[in-house]
Amino acid sequence: MAQPSTRAITSAAARRPPIRWGKVATIAGFLLPAAIIYMGLVLLPVAQAVYYSFFRWNGLGPMSNFNGLANYARAFSDRVFVGALSHNLILVVMSLAFQLPLSLGLALLIREIRWGRALFRTIFFLPFVLSEVVTGVVWTFIYRPQGGLINALLKLVAPGMPETALLADPKTVLYALFVVITWKFFGYHMILYIAGLQNIPHEIEEAAAIDGCSRLQALRYITIPLLGSTIRLSIYLSVLGSLQFFDLIWVMTTGGPVSASDTMATYLYKYGFQRFQLGYGSAIAVCLFLICFGFSLVYQRFVMRRDYE
Amino acid sequence: MTTNAVRPPAAAKRTVAILQYAAAALVALLVLVPLLATVLNGFKANADLLLHPFGLPKEWVWANYSSVLGSGSFWRQMLNSVLVMAATATGVVTLASMPAYVFARMQFRGREWLFNFFTLGLLFPIAVAILPLYITLRQMSLIDSLWAVILPQIAFGLPGNILILRGFFSTIPRELDEAAAIDGCSPVGYFWRILLPLMRPALAAVVVLTMVASWNNFFLPLLVINSEQLYTLPLGIQQFQGQFGTDWGRVLAFVSLSLVPTIGFYLLAERQIVAGLTAGAVKG
Repeated sequence: MAQPSTRAITSAAARRPPIRWGKVATIAGFLLPAAIIYMGLVLLPVAQAVYYSFFRWNGLGPMSNFNGLANYARAFSDRVFVGALSHNLILVVMSLAFQLPLSLGLALLIREIRWGRALFRTIFFLPFVLSEVVTGVVWTFIYRPQGGLINALLKLVAPGMPETALLADPKTVLYALFVVITWKFFGYHMILYIAGLQNIPHEIEEAAAIDGCSRLQALRYITIPLLGSTIRLSIYLSVLGSLQFFDLIWVMTTGGPVSASDTMATYLYKYGFQRFQLGYGSAIAVCLFLICFGFSLVYQRFVMRRDYE
Repeated sequence: MTTNAVRPPAAAKRTVAILQYAAAALVALLVLVPLLATVLNGFKANADLLLHPFGLPKEWVWANYSSVLGSGSFWRQMLNSVLVMAATATGVVTLASMPAYVFARMQFRGREWLFNFFTLGLLFPIAVAILPLYITLRQMSLIDSLWAVILPQIAFGLPGNILILRGFFSTIPRELDEAAAIDGCSPVGYFWRILLPLMRPALAAVVVLTMVASWNNFFLPLLVINSEQLYTLPLGIQQFQGQFGTDWGRVLAFVSLSLVPTIGFYLLAERQIVAGLTAGAVKG
């Protein structure tokens, strides 16, 4: 007699397992502290930035000046902002064209070296660990017109040459900064490539050599294709990093001279914090986000998709 | 015949090796010369520095270094940086490992949804949130306190580190869960007494990377710290350069002294830094 009823209960239980309150409490207890700080200080501010961007607001008093998309229109009609955006894009292109190949070349070089490999790796990676502020101050000294290392070198080579102030000339400043960026970040990409190279079995390259493949051919047709996922990742990180430059540029030039080295982030800082135009600054922040997000989406969808499968 | 194509003769091999070392040494010099010049030029009088930026000092001037070491501000900034770094690293490793454990080891409906919710933050660089974040911190009366640096650093460190730690938690064999459950271990006890000790290398990587990022952070402290007593080292260096911009000997001495802990830490923790960066990259 008791049989059917227990069977009914167990089958109901199988359909919908009872809520185990102890487990729920554990999950909640483990997630809540992180969730609170994360929502309060990451998600909420991002949402607020979107909201602010539709207002004219100086950060004090009520937000009453709704002005729709005017902040966005203003940004894209401001030659300085468009210039800042183009500087970010120039840095992206230069990083991809010069910095990443250099990093890859050094990773390959380090792999070939028999003695002192760890030492060279430690030295090459060192600048990445230094702060951008330290890097910026050191290189400001190196670039300084009188008594800087670069001008001292130039004087040795060509004694009559006038002193050049690479950071003070709008035509050269971005390239001078790019040299510093490369100095600071090539080690990071090199480390990624070294890790990627370690995943390639030596047997494949040895087999190719036995089959009469030259070293360049092996590099072109075997090593680099097998390193594909690492290269795609390093491109991804490099682009996102280049879109967000701030510290180094702020320390060395504050975006100058005459905005020739402004980036989106230095522009954001100038309008948001120095002129207290929080609505307009937020619109810049949203633009910065949309550009990064748009790139992420497209790149992950079309380029990195195969790496997840 | 064919062996010639595969193995170049010894002389050619040696030439290649020499060229490789020459290239590596050149790059090593390009990295080290700026840093060595910084340290050495800190020992020069300004006239010497102006005329001979390369080479050893004509006369070793200790005044630059001793004036920085004797000033309270250098030590105070160092202390502030250490406090912020320690609090951030503790906060990140604690608050990130708990959700990472839940997402890696517990089964429940909506888990993937919640995980995506937590890692959504990876999409937002801090610059995007910084203006409202500033307003929020001002409402909490935290502006111009070290908490205004610590709390956002923890918050923005969570998404990436939850992702990395979940990957590490997943590598621990599932049989351990069952064994612990059979032995009557509660989920909290299992997490605290068994999993965390097993995860020590991964936790070390997270802690070390967070420490480096915190130590070097400039953007956030620049915005939320006003008082000089609360300056962290990067702020202090920037301000020092602004103030003594023409007195390069002293500026370089200041920079050199700030490099000492950074480079020392790097040499001790290089393995963890590299492991953390490459693990994050591979898993992300």
